[in-house]
Parts: sequence; C-alpha cells; structure tokens
Amino acid sequence: MAPAMAGFIVDGTDPQTWDDIVAAALAALGEEFTVTPEPAAPARPGTAADGLSQRATWYDTFDWRLSKAGVTLEYVPGRGGSELRLSSAKPDADADVTQPVAGWQPSRPHLIGDLEGGPVGARLASLVAMRALIPVAATVTATAAYRLLNSDGKTVARLLVDQPAVTGPQPGPLPPRLAVAEVRGYQAQARRAVRLLTAVTGLSAGARPLFADALRLTGRRPGDYSNKVDAEISADMPAAGAAATILLRLLDTIDANGGGVLADIDTEFLHDLRVSVRRTRSALKLFGDVLALTAEELECYAAGFKWVGDLTTPTRDLDVHLLDFPGTVRSLAAARPDDLEPFRAYLEGRRRREFRVLTRGLRSPRYAALTQEWRARLSKIQQERAGSATGRRNRAGHRYQPPGGSARVLAAERTRAAFVKVAKRGAAITPDSPAQDLHDLRKRGKELRYALEFFAPLHEPGAYANVVGDLKRLQDCLGEFQDTEVQIEEIRSIAAAMLAAHEAPAVTLLAMGEVTAGLAARQRAARADFERRFTAFADVAGQRRMAALLRGGTA
Amino acid sequence: MRIYAIYNIKGGVGKTTTAVNLGYLAAEAGLRTVLWDLDPQGAASFMFRIKPKVKGGGKALISGKRPLDDAIKGTDFDNLDLIPADFTYRNMDLLLDDAKPGGRPDDAPGGKPARRLSKLLAPLADEYDAVFLDCPPSVSLVSENVLHAADTVVVPLIPTTLSVRTLEQLAAFVGEFKGFRPEIFAFFSMVDRRKKLHREIIEQLAAPRGDVARTIIPSLSVIESMSVWRSPVAVIAPGNAAAKAYRALWAELRAREGLASS
Ligand SMILES: Nc1ncnc2c1ncn2[C@@H]1O[C@H](COP(=O)(O)OP(=O)(O)OP(=O)(O)O)[C@@H](O)[C@H]1O
Ligand SMILES: [Mg+2]
Repeated sequence: MAPAMAGFIVDGTDPQTWDDIVAAALAALGEEFTVTPEPAAPARPGTAADGLSQRATWYDTFDWRLSKAGVTLEYVPGRGGSELRLSSAKPDADADVTQPVAGWQPSRPHLIGDLEGGPVGARLASLVAMRALIPVAATVTATAAYRLLNSDGKTVARLLVDQPAVTGPQPGPLPPRLAVAEVRGYQAQARRAVRLLTAVTGLSAGARPLFADALRLTGRRPGDYSNKVDAEISADMPAAGAAATILLRLLDTIDANGGGVLADIDTEFLHDLRVSVRRTRSALKLFGDVLALTAEELECYAAGFKWVGDLTTPTRDLDVHLLDFPGTVRSLAAARPDDLEPFRAYLEGRRRREFRVLTRGLRSPRYAALTQEWRARLSKIQQERAGSATGRRNRAGHRYQPPGGSARVLAAERTRAAFVKVAKRGAAITPDSPAQDLHDLRKRGKELRYALEFFAPLHEPGAYANVVGDLKRLQDCLGEFQDTEVQIEEIRSIAAAMLAAHEAPAVTLLAMGEVTAGLAARQRAARADFERRFTAFADVAGQRRMAALLRGGTA
Repeated sequence: MRIYAIYNIKGGVGKTTTAVNLGYLAAEAGLRTVLWDLDPQGAASFMFRIKPKVKGGGKALISGKRPLDDAIKGTDFDNLDLIPADFTYRNMDLLLDDAKPGGRPDDAPGGKPARRLSKLLAPLADEYDAVFLDCPPSVSLVSENVLHAADTVVVPLIPTTLSVRTLEQLAAFVGEFKGFRPEIFAFFSMVDRRKKLHREIIEQLAAPRGDVARTIIPSLSVIESMSVWRSPVAVIAPGNAAAKAYRALWAELRAREGLASS
C-alpha cells in the first residue's frame, strides 16, 4: 500500500532562499486545499518522538570502486532494524539488494568480511576485494508532513518536506525536497497538487539521489582519487615543467595515501604509496636531470625515497602473504587447513611489529621534511617552467629553448632509451641464464612501464594500449617468477624463526613445505612462459609498434 | 484476514459507532484494516469525511463487474481504508439476488445467493488483516450475506427486554448454518447505570451467557459528538472514558478470538 510519490527539489545553492521556496510551495497548495501540519503520530509502541528524522551513510572504497561500477551502498539505521542497501544506477530492479546488519558502526571503515553471509556482501566481494568501505557522506533528514484537505476536511493527499543535512565529514544543509504522497482513492487530487507545485518557481520536478547532493557539499567527486599517474602535461610544455608536474602528481598520491596507511584502513593505501614512491625513484632516474637540481640535491632526494621504499617493504611483504592466505590454504593438497594456523598467527604478529616500525618512520621529522621540501622544490620548478616551450622569446629576441627541450622530445628520448635496455637485456636471456638476469630485466621493464605511464597523456591511446598490454603480460610473467622466489625464501626463513621460537608444530612445517612446493611449481611455469611473452613484446613487430608510438601514430 | 460484521436487526443501537471505533483501534494496533459501509445512508463514510459514492456505481461492485479494490479509499488514518456507501445499496437485496457470477449455480441454502459478499471479499485477503462490515438494520438478504461472510458477528445491545430476545433469535439463526458458523460477540451499549432497568438486564443476561462481553459501553456525550467531529472517539478525546471503553471492548474481542482459535 506504499503511496505513489512525486518528487521536487528546491533549486539554488543559497540556503536563505530555500525556506522562501518551501513557503511558496505551501502557499500554492493553499489555493486549492487546506494545508495543515500532520498531527504528531499518537505514541505507539515502536515509534519514538523523533520518528520523522532519518539518518543515512554512504560508502565507497578510497578509489571509488562502487561508483565506477555504478552502484551505491547506503546504511540506514532503524528502530525496527538497520540495514545496508545496495542499489544500482542502471534501471535494473533486481540489482537492488538489502542486508540487515546489527551493531554496525556507521562512521568507521568496514572490510568486506564485516558483510559476510549476506546478499550485499556476496554482491560486492569481488568488486571491493581487499579495499575497505569508507563512509564518504552522512546525512540526517528531518521530515515535516502536511495534510492537504478538501472542503469536507478530508485528507486527500500529503505533502512531505524533507530537510536534509550533511552530518559529516563537513556538516551543512542540503536543498529541501518535497514530495506529494497519494491517498488511496484520491489520485486526481494528488495530480492536482503536483500541477500546483510544478508552477512554483524555484522548484524542479524529479529525483536526484540525496547522496549526490551530499557529496557535492562535501567537495568530493567520485573518481577524485585514482592511483593512475594522469599528470596534466602537454606535448609542448618545457621538459622541466612536465617533469615537475609528473613528480608533483606522484607526490600527491603519496600524500593522499599517508593517512590511510597510518590508520591501517586497508592494505592498498600502503600499496599505492609504495607504487608512487617507486615511480618517483624511477622518474628521478629517467628524467631527474632536466629538473636542473644540483647533483647532490638529486642524490639526496633519490636516497630519501629509497629510504621510504625500504621502510615500507617488510609490512607490504607480510600483507601479501596474509592477502594470499585464503588461496594458499585452498591450494593445500596433503595438509589440513588448520595446520597453517600457527603460520598465520606468526605472520600477523610480525606484521604488527613491522607496522609499528613503519608508522614511526612515516611520522618522523625526516619523512615530513622530505615530502614537504620536495613539494616546495617541485612547485617552484613547475611555476618557473610553466607554459609553452615554443613561441617564447628571451630578452635578446632569440627563441627560448628550455633545457631538455619540450615534453614531447623528453618523452620520446627517454622512453626509447628505456625500451632499448629492455630489448637488449631480454634478448640476451637464454634458458641457462641465472635468475638474477630475469630479476634485472623485470626492473628495467618496470622503468619502461613507468616511462610510458608518465607520458601517457602525450601518446595516441590505441597505440599506447597495444604497447602497454604486451609489456604488462611480460612483466606479470617476470613478476610471478621473482615473487614466488622471494616468497619461498621468506617462508624458509620464517620456518627457521618459528622453529627457533618454538612456535612451529611439525604439521605446520609440513604444510609450509607444501606451500613452498606449490610456489616452486608456479615459478617454473613462469620461467617456461618467459620466451613467448618476451617475443610478443620485443620482436620486430613489437619494436615497430614502439617506434610508431613514439613518433605519435600507430604502426 | 478476519471479517467482523457489526450487526443488529434493530436500528439506532450503535452499529456504525462500533464499526468506526473498532475499525480505528484495529488499524492503530497495526492490523491492515478496511471498513465496508454497507448502509446506503452512509453514516460510516460520513464519519471519515468520505463521500458516500462508489466510482462506477455500487451495482457494478456487488455484481462483481468491478473489483472491490477499485472502490477503496484511504482514510486519514494509517492502516485504515474504507469502501464507501452508495445510494444503490438501498436495493442491495435485489443486487445480491441478481448477481449470478459466471452463471454458476449458487450454493446458498434455499437457492438464495447468500454467500455473495463472502466471495466479493475473498480477494482482499492478501491486502488486509481485518474487515469491518457496517450493516444497515433489518432482516434481509443483506443480513444473511453478512452473517455468512463474518468470522465474528459483533452485536451491540441496548439493555431492554427486547434486546435479549433479539440476541437469542440471532444465535438460533446462526446455529442452523451448515458448515462454518460465525462467533457471536454481543455487548451492551449506550448503558445508563443510573437506570435500574439497565442494571437489572445486564446482570440477568451477562451472567449466564458466554457470548456477551464483560465490557460495557456507557452512554456518553463524546460518543454522540462523533458525528460533529467526524472522527473516532480515540481521536477526539483519547483520555476520555468512551475511548477507554472501546479500547477495553477491542481488547476483550481480541482475547476472545485467541481463546476460540486455540
Ligand atoms: N454509547 C453511546 N453513547 C451515546 N450515544 C451513542 C452511543 N452509541 C451510539 N450513540 C448515538 O446513537 C445514535 C445511533 O448510533 P449509530 O448510528 O451508531 O447506530 P446504528 O445502529 O448504526 O444506527 P442505524 O441502524 O441507523 O445504522 C447516534 O446518534 C450515536 O451518536
Ligand atoms: Mg448505522
């Protein structure tokens, strides 16, 4: 018996005018109906005095996975029971599911495990994966209800006036919303009320998600964080300006993730921070020279970011083990899942210790000084070298030639050099080459990948996607080859440490042995795959594709 | 879905007053409730400020040409809807007699279509928990229909010697039903305790009979004023003795059902 509704939203951004528009709406309805406030509902079991105010909190991951997938997750508390509502922007009704939750803390981030065993959790598990669901907006809506009476004093429709407000993270009022609710058997009167409201200036018919309004007030925009480089560079920018812009963008990402790392919200904050640190180090190697810093300065920053990278490594390695754990347990053939429990407990204990070391480092004056000075330095370079590389003239009237030329020249030159290194080293690898040669190739491959990503805005998208796709497949293979090796080594040393600490039951050691055997098999498979992947990337056709990309076209 | 018929062959005993107040209390208790005003005078419709008129005519409704659903109006109260009276109901007996659904032979005793209302109400079972039928006075095909449709026949009685006879006749009539027999729930209404006769009759009748409620609805001016305010007493004066009496009556009726069904 849910009554049909027609919605209106008050226009404008000035809260001062909103009240006037609501008053005008009531006055317009008054021409035809007697408008009286709905009497307070008689006290009944189950309804409280504030029965007409509703709270809501919306969630997304830090990198907006839900919004990118076109879904919205909302928490709605209620006296009868609280629930999570997952709804889809697509007009597909069965995409909407709800899940009752008890004891949910709306202002905290939640990992997908908190939603286990319900339809919303099931729907979101693979999308959200290891990322936490973070509250991005919270509102409280007070509703005033009015009755529209006919000449008999009969209620023939209702007007609901919602006054929503954002409660966090930045409180403030939102435009009111009006809705006409039908009373059964009085459709014509409700339609009449809608027509009267349609004529009120400052009111727009239609529905807009409250979440959208709340986000706008908060100053957030879906997609305002992404771990992509996406620097705002153009082809004829001076090389130094482009370099500083790219590095600033990487620093932004480092800074954006710092809070999430320290709060230990999920593992990906640290991951993204590390990637940006690695990219920064690669960038310094690749085109640090065009920044026109002294050699000592350059060295000092390179050393600073190496320090940050090393600081984050132990925690990240343990995160990887722990993230892989469910899969590792599933892959056991002989051992029982429980056998690995002491291993997990040991990993968790070590992670707690390593995480403390990490947070001390990130809170240290050294870290603050490094990132702040780096930002100041880069901003200055960016300001000095903004604008176009061509067309500017110096005082003598000569055409201004920035050191290192334009961004286009820089991109082509440095990317080509990185590609040549990969092609040469890769071609030298034979089935007998030591593992270290493949690890080195992976590093060079990473540098090339970063070079491509830094200058991505200058490349033709189709050609870029081709080159990057082949490179990514090569890198995945090399990554699997090296990571499995590292993990085998780590498990061995952990086994020794657990044994020394008397924390290693025999069954656990056996199970860990089985895990390393599985890793070794994966490593062999990766090694066997290398030849094919490398050829696909760096054969003659591959070289042509790269050359075409750097010329600014397709092969 | 439980169907309550507010019934008495006598006029002016408080049937409509009872239907309006109990209907309101049922809805307030959370039951999805609909009140059908079967009296062409439309007193119950008036109480809810709803025009005594059925869209498309009452005839189409009774004949089954239009679903009952189409005629339902929302009252001003949560959970409470109303099917308005219609002028054509003054010929309800004829309408019921005419209605030959799909030409099927009727299964009513004596060849009368006495179960017509019952069939019309059946489709509402998904949507409502309680149905209140406000009946016009008189013995007729309408009353018979109502008695066959009801799970409970609620009988307001004014304490007179005659009213005792009325109740006995009704019990005997219902007792002859083949198959399902509704429960009878009688109660004294418009009681004036200052009147010796009222006190005596209540004592005489209430004591030996199981179908007479313990709750008594006194004669009170707030109840009379319902037609001025056009609202149930629990809305006009929630704390008044009248409101309390109807609440007690509703509670006793529900408790009685609990016993009957267990
Ligand atoms: N308990 C009461 N105290 C005082 N007045 C009452 C009481 N109950 C009913 N009345 C009044 O008695 C009159 C008849 O009541 P009501 O209309 O409910 O009876 P009814 O049986 O439905 O009548 P009808 O047979 O005409 O449909 C009304 O004016 C009503 O206000
Ligand atoms: Mg009546």
